Amino acid sequence: MANHAAVIGVGQVKYQTQRDDVSIAGLVREAAQNALDDAQLEWSDIDAVVIGKAPDMFEGHMMPELYLADALCATNKPILRVHTAGSVGGSTAIVAASHVQSGVFERVLTVAYEKQSESNAMWALSSKQPFATHLNAGAGGFFAPLIREYIQRSNAPAEVGMQVAVKDRLHALRNPLAHLHMPDIDLATVEASPMLWEPLRFLESCPSSDGACAMIIGSERAAAASPKKPAWIRGTAMRSEPTNFAGREQVNPQAGIDCAKDVYRQAGIQNPRKDLDTAEIYVPFSWYEPMWLENLGFCDIGEGWKLTLEGATSLPEGGDIPWNCSGGVLSTNPIGASGMIRFAEAAQQVRGLAGDYQVEGTQLALGHAYGGGAQFFSMWVVGAEKQ
Amino acid sequence: MSSNPNESAGPVTMMQAPLYLQYRFTAGTSSLSFLHAIKRGRLIGRRCPGCESVYIPCRGSCARCGVATCDNIELTDEGVIDKFTVVHIPIPNNPIKPPFVVAHIRLNGADNAFHHLIGEVDNDKVKLGMKVKAVWRPESEWDYGLDNIRYFKPLGGEHD
Amino acid sequence: MTDIAIVSYAQAPMVRDAGCANEVELIMPVINEALQACGLARTDIDFVCSGSADYLQGAPFAFVAGVDALGAFPPIKESHVEMDAAWALYECYLKMLAGDIDSALIYGFGKSSPGNLPEVLSLQLDPYYLQPLCPDSVSLAALQARAMLDAGRCTREQMNEVVINSRRQAQKNPRAQLRKPVSQEQLQAEVDWIAPLKKSDCCPISDGASALVICRESQAREMGLPYARVVGMDHRIESHMLGFRDLTDSPSARNAAKSAGLHNNIEAAELHAPFSHQEILLRQSLGLSENVDINPSGGALAGNVMMAAGLDRIGSMAAAILRGDYKFGLAHATSGPCLQQNLVTILEAA
Ligand SMILES: [Zn+2]
Repeated sequence: MANHAAVIGVGQVKYQTQRDDVSIAGLVREAAQNALDDAQLEWSDIDAVVIGKAPDMFEGHMMPELYLADALCATNKPILRVHTAGSVGGSTAIVAASHVQSGVFERVLTVAYEKQSESNAMWALSSKQPFATHLNAGAGGFFAPLIREYIQRSNAPAEVGMQVAVKDRLHALRNPLAHLHMPDIDLATVEASPMLWEPLRFLESCPSSDGACAMIIGSERAAAASPKKPAWIRGTAMRSEPTNFAGREQVNPQAGIDCAKDVYRQAGIQNPRKDLDTAEIYVPFSWYEPMWLENLGFCDIGEGWKLTLEGATSLPEGGDIPWNCSGGVLSTNPIGASGMIRFAEAAQQVRGLAGDYQVEGTQLALGHAYGGGAQFFSMWVVGAEKQ
Repeated sequence: MSSNPNESAGPVTMMQAPLYLQYRFTAGTSSLSFLHAIKRGRLIGRRCPGCESVYIPCRGSCARCGVATCDNIELTDEGVIDKFTVVHIPIPNNPIKPPFVVAHIRLNGADNAFHHLIGEVDNDKVKLGMKVKAVWRPESEWDYGLDNIRYFKPLGGEHD
Repeated sequence: MTDIAIVSYAQAPMVRDAGCANEVELIMPVINEALQACGLARTDIDFVCSGSADYLQGAPFAFVAGVDALGAFPPIKESHVEMDAAWALYECYLKMLAGDIDSALIYGFGKSSPGNLPEVLSLQLDPYYLQPLCPDSVSLAALQARAMLDAGRCTREQMNEVVINSRRQAQKNPRAQLRKPVSQEQLQAEVDWIAPLKKSDCCPISDGASALVICRESQAREMGLPYARVVGMDHRIESHMLGFRDLTDSPSARNAAKSAGLHNNIEAAELHAPFSHQEILLRQSLGLSENVDINPSGGALAGNVMMAAGLDRIGSMAAAILRGDYKFGLAHATSGPCLQQNLVTILEAA
């Protein structure tokens, strides 16, 4: 049986399109310092560092752990760099948790970041290869066909996506660190925003942000010594499947289903909608909320959009399972960090430290990230109690 | 105290450091049959010895079984629209003028789909399951790539 | 001491240019070979972790293509480090200690031939102050060699001896890239390349892939598999600023080795030294005696597949122990300019 591990510190930064006031090292250190402050620890208390980010080509900088070792006070410590595409922020947190669960380390700093403003990410992802036509369609060009397929299968009404877009931006108004603050957001504003990839409008898509998120993960002993309430890691899971194979179910991928089942089993969750109090789920395009509601077992197949329409996932509407109370990826998206933000926000909810977007009395929360062609998944469940 | 002549100039917040790296792209041994064929205007997929699925373009394995693909299979340039979207996003320097349709196309006899454009039909007439046929560029423009196909168009008379 | 057993290791022949082979074609044969060698099926493996770097071949998400070689359906538990696969093994090592998993497949691959590797590696440097100057990896290593020579930590002849030993050992290793014996006289006659380094002091640029399988000792015994036991693993990094470091010493390697369980009975060491002077430096920093056999595989000077070479050191040492050549061995992996980051694994015969 693994040793217990808990989140004992969380640090984020103000997310925005361009953080030109700091270097990459400055950005990463700012989040890490905030996490240390939250845990009331010093740099010397940290035994190891685990960092994560999306492709090196986003910043034009290879294997950044080498350069960041100094800024993260990692010299003469272990530092490891994780990269699992869009799910990387979550996977990084899970690898950091393994460090503590192994019994080898007491306190581990984990940081995930992206500073896309330093390079041209669109270029980085579009090197020309002869196996594909050069479509210039962006990430939405990949996911929108899957969303259309979902709509066709489930007969969901068109406003579901727009409602998610509004809901997550209303949540973001409660989170001072969120990138997008749109006080006047409503369905009409979303509907009036330009269509990008049918059925996705501009305001149904995530922004591109600079930002970093850090956590301190500690052992049972470190958690006992921690001044603030810890978030106990009750389960972690990862699953991968290939991008493209005969008969692949892309709308409701098996890897997501299996990953959720695994993490629920570890955390003793029978009915996720009932047993979980809130969830931070990777929703970069509005329609992925109903799609993941189904994939993650919060409802039956074809029913996810009904939960969204009923307001079940909305904090201000008093929904029973508020999703993305921090504003989610739709409000803040430093790609490599987006997964870790989900994991960290789930932790903040069970620590009771989520401020104006706190779901009262949260005992159990789910953090979720996915990446690639919806093929890499990482999830954790954190709890207010150890078990 | 030394006086700094640059003090009033404010912080440096951005510098340009362009990178130029040249790579000699290599496509994979098992992709050779596909690339050589498409250069001649033909479509070659490969079959998985395990589950018998046919992949085009094939990168060397059946990802489901994790085994190397074996036989070359010649396919026609006709297939069906498996999934699609209408792209409106204006991307700078994009030679394709939005709105345009991007579809997952599954060629007849193939078990996977690839992304391509749909043409010669109103965007709002495109449907899932629609039968389509490749429209090739002039032979003089053919190179080693899927771009030799300009787009797919609905197969005449098959759509309503 | 752990109950982690290395039961299998497979390596593709290291070559200067793997031609048009793609990721899948590089990886699949070594994965199959490693699994077949230990008799485990893919479905018996609890976790897969890989190491690779996109900039080597210049396309993002190289590791995503790698998943196509795994038969990852039904979906698998899988992760990736943008580092040498020795660190992927370390991730698995922690998960084994945590009791999360009982077996793992680790693979690393690198195809450096499509680009200009020494230039590509300059992208590892501080992106604001160093990288724009484009110091290539060989030039930085040459600075370190100069420092070693000037400090009297090594001589030109000792560097030559390292090369001679590598080539001699590599003759026994059919997968090695450079296997042609050389003499002290030949090396003395060789002209400087990036002074004080001669071409022979530098590892070749290699394409290749390797895979390694670990499981619990109890499982290895039940299956009747020979294995090498992992005594311990650890790694440390040093400052990125070369000016802050004593380039003639490696405290990070020394501390990692101590923590991994370094002891006086080590008979052989696989040292990931891409440049001849670094082997001398590592020997000294780790306090390895004259009796310790260095790089029985030929080491990185005989072939250095980026993102696999560190794992290769561990795999090669495990293989040597499995052959019965040694009872106690050390394996070392490095990353970054001038041995900035170092990982040490201590192994022993079962
Ligand atoms: Zn198959």
